This record gives sequence, C-alpha cells and structure tokens, in this order.
Amino acid sequence: MGNVNDDAAQRGTPVGRRVMLGVIGLGAAGVAAGPVLSRALDSVLSGVARKDPTGLTDLLPNSGGFRYYSVTGPVEARSATDYRLTVDGLVDHPASYTLADLEALPQTRIVHDVQCVTGWRVSATPFQGVKLADLLAAAGIQRGAAAVRFSCFDGSYSESLTLDQARRDDVLVALRMQDRPVTHDHGGPVRLYVAPMYFYKSAKWLSGITVTPTVQKGYWEHYGYDTDAWVGRSNGRDDAPTS
Amino acid sequence: MPRPADPTAADGRLPRFSRAERWVHRCTAALMLTCLATAACLYLPQLAELVGRRRLVVVVHEWAGLALPVPLLLGLGSRALRRDLGRLNRFQSYDRQWLRAVLRRADFRPAGKFNAGQKLYAGWIAGAAVVMLGTGLLMWFTHLAPLTWRTGATFVHDWLALAVGVVVLGHLYMAFNDPEARRSMRTGRADPLWATREHPHWDPAEDEDGDGDRDTVR
Repeated sequence: MGNVNDDAAQRGTPVGRRVMLGVIGLGAAGVAAGPVLSRALDSVLSGVARKDPTGLTDLLPNSGGFRYYSVTGPVEARSATDYRLTVDGLVDHPASYTLADLEALPQTRIVHDVQCVTGWRVSATPFQGVKLADLLAAAGIQRGAAAVRFSCFDGSYSESLTLDQARRDDVLVALRMQDRPVTHDHGGPVRLYVAPMYFYKSAKWLSGITVTPTVQKGYWEHYGYDTDAWVGRSNGRDDAPTS
Repeated sequence: MPRPADPTAADGRLPRFSRAERWVHRCTAALMLTCLATAACLYLPQLAELVGRRRLVVVVHEWAGLALPVPLLLGLGSRALRRDLGRLNRFQSYDRQWLRAVLRRADFRPAGKFNAGQKLYAGWIAGAAVVMLGTGLLMWFTHLAPLTWRTGATFVHDWLALAVGVVVLGHLYMAFNDPEARRSMRTGRADPLWATREHPHWDPAEDEDGDGDRDTVR
C-alpha cells in the first residue's frame, strides 16, 4: 500500500515523459539535419514520382513538380474566345490583345529552373511567349513611367516590376509552358514568366499590364515578401542560382 | 481515515472524466482537426485547387496551431486533469504486459485508467505538438532564425505533419471502434462492466480520495 505519491516503485516509470522528450529531441535533430536530409529525400522522391502511375507520391511533401497555389477561391477558366490582355497606364497606345493576337507576335522560348520561395524547385522548365519588352515597346512608354503593374483575372492577385526589370530578355508573357499551352491550373491561357525571380513574381492568369509612375507592391509583397525577388538574393533565402 | 463515498452515481455509471477534462479534450480536438484540415488544403494539390484562398487558409492554420496547447495549459488548473496526466506518464508492470499482449495479438490486455497504447499516444502527440509549434513558429516568423534552420524546420514540419495526420486518424479509428470509450469522453461517465473489462486496474475511488491512499488493484 503506502502513499502513491511517495512510492516510486508503485508510481511506475515515467515512460510518457520520455516518449515526449524523445520526440522533441528527434524534432530538434531533424531541424539541424533537415537541409541535408531534405535534399537526399527530394532526389529519391522525385525519381520515384516520375515512375509513379498512381499519383500517390503527390501526397508526400516535396516530391518534385509544381504545386498549385491560388490566393482566391476556384478561378473561372478563360478560353481563346473570351481571353483579353489589356495594356494601359502611361502609354501612347493602350491595347487589348486576344490570344490569337499574342500568338501572332514573335515568340521566345526560355528553358530555366523554376524556384518557389517556399522551397520547391523544378529544373529546366521550358516557357514560351512574347517578350514583355516587345509589348511595352509597341505601347510606347510615356515620360514619367518607372514601373509596370500586372493584374490577374482571378480578381485578387497582382504583381509589379520596375521598367528596367520588365524590359529584360528573360521576362515573358508566356503562352506555353513545358512545350504545351499553359493549362488553367498553371495560370493559363496566359501567365507572366519572370525567369530570374522567385516564382510568385510570375503571376498566373495574367489579364492586365499597366505602366505606372512608381512600383506598386503585389499581393504577397503586402504580406512581407520582397518586391525585388531575385532568386538567392531576396526573401532571406540563399537558394543556389537557377540556370 | 474516513472511507470515501462510493463514486458510483445513481445511474450506476462510474465517473471517468471531469467537465474540465472533457472540455480540454473537445477544444484540443477541434483545434487539431482545424490544423490538419487547413494543412491538407495547403499541401494536397487536389484540395488546394478546390479551396484556393491561400492567405486565409494560412492565417487559420497559424492561429489554430498557436492556440493548440492553450486548452491543456488552462486545464492544468484542474486537479483531476493533473492526476490523469500523471497516470498517462507512468508505466506500470501491467502496461508492459499490455504491450506484449498487443505484439503477440493475445487477448489478455490489462490496463489502468489508461492502457499502454493510450499512454504512448499521449506522450507522442504531446512531443509532436511541441515540435510542430516550434518549427511552425520558425516558418512563420522568418527573421527568428538563419535560413538553414528554416529549411530544416520546413522539412520536419512537413513530414511530421504527415505522421501526425496518420496517428490522429489511428486515434479516431480506435475511438470509432469503442462506443463506450466515446460515451465516457462525451458524458464523463463509464459503464462499470466496460471498465472492468478494458481497465481492470482502474480504481475510480482513487479520484475522490485525494491522497490516492488505496490499493490501485481492484
């Protein structure tokens, strides 16, 4: 008998506490070893995922490939018949392009790694479309313009670039991705592609290009993301350069 | 020493969980399910396409996660809850017997108020919740730690989330298969026959008698 609180033998071993502390210890070790473990696991899993007909590997974290992010509810699809891309703001010739108009313009193909700010990367992804610089040149930039603002037909997302960034050769109004027309889930029929920056700059479901006197922060930038989102040199990240 | 009153109520059922314990369980369950559901909407491509609204889902996930330990911490004010935490912590010889019986698929599985499986679950999920909270905070407040920590935190948070999901589903599955256990968590009172069968070493009178000055074997 004896008092339960005093009798160590009768109280039993504190296995519960040991299990709890053990899990916490393993968690801390996992954080320390995470970068190495995560790289190893990613390469194994993306190998498995390529040969996985069931799609079950999609349910595992970071098994390679793109992830679907949308800031609104379901986005209504637009087709060749009802898609329009407007160019306005501080320009001499405001314009509205149909999908066929864009397809008729000179196309540029870029093969480059996609790097998301949340960590995933998809290597050597082909994008094809019209150089943003060409659309801006055709519109005629007025004096006092310094930036470009992008709006999207999901109704919420927005992005921006300085004029210098927007005129780079690796910034596209993309019509094709992975050598197929950009699908709805990937932001089709037309999305932005800003190759040297984190993928949140590459706005999906692009519907408007507005030339502005100053840079206006985009959707995620209001929540603390960097406006100048160079891969490896922003958002506190040091990802290896994309190529 | 005055003998404690017979804890059996007029309906013949045994007091198993106090009001405070049941509310702690309810609130923690709601917060945990919120965390898991929002995590699924952030991570599973099919759900992400269906739900979207990424910013809203992230905010709900973050705050549900932050609130997860609050019910238990408040519940520590309850003597009954502290006692049960002590019981979950301590393994007796019959707990080892229970684990051996499970491994050998034997039928005789003696247990106190909580069986060894419930004790292991409690210890594991408590540790996992601390790790999820810590790694979640590192991912949320990105300036708190250097980038390699954040990469490690993301890695642990992602994979442990999967494990927590599986283990919580297991917990729900066990509850689904034991209506009497569910009923005692819902009403606070348990059927004496069920208690004798599933928890033979549990002495409900121990709770009434503050000193625990009784043999724990019924």
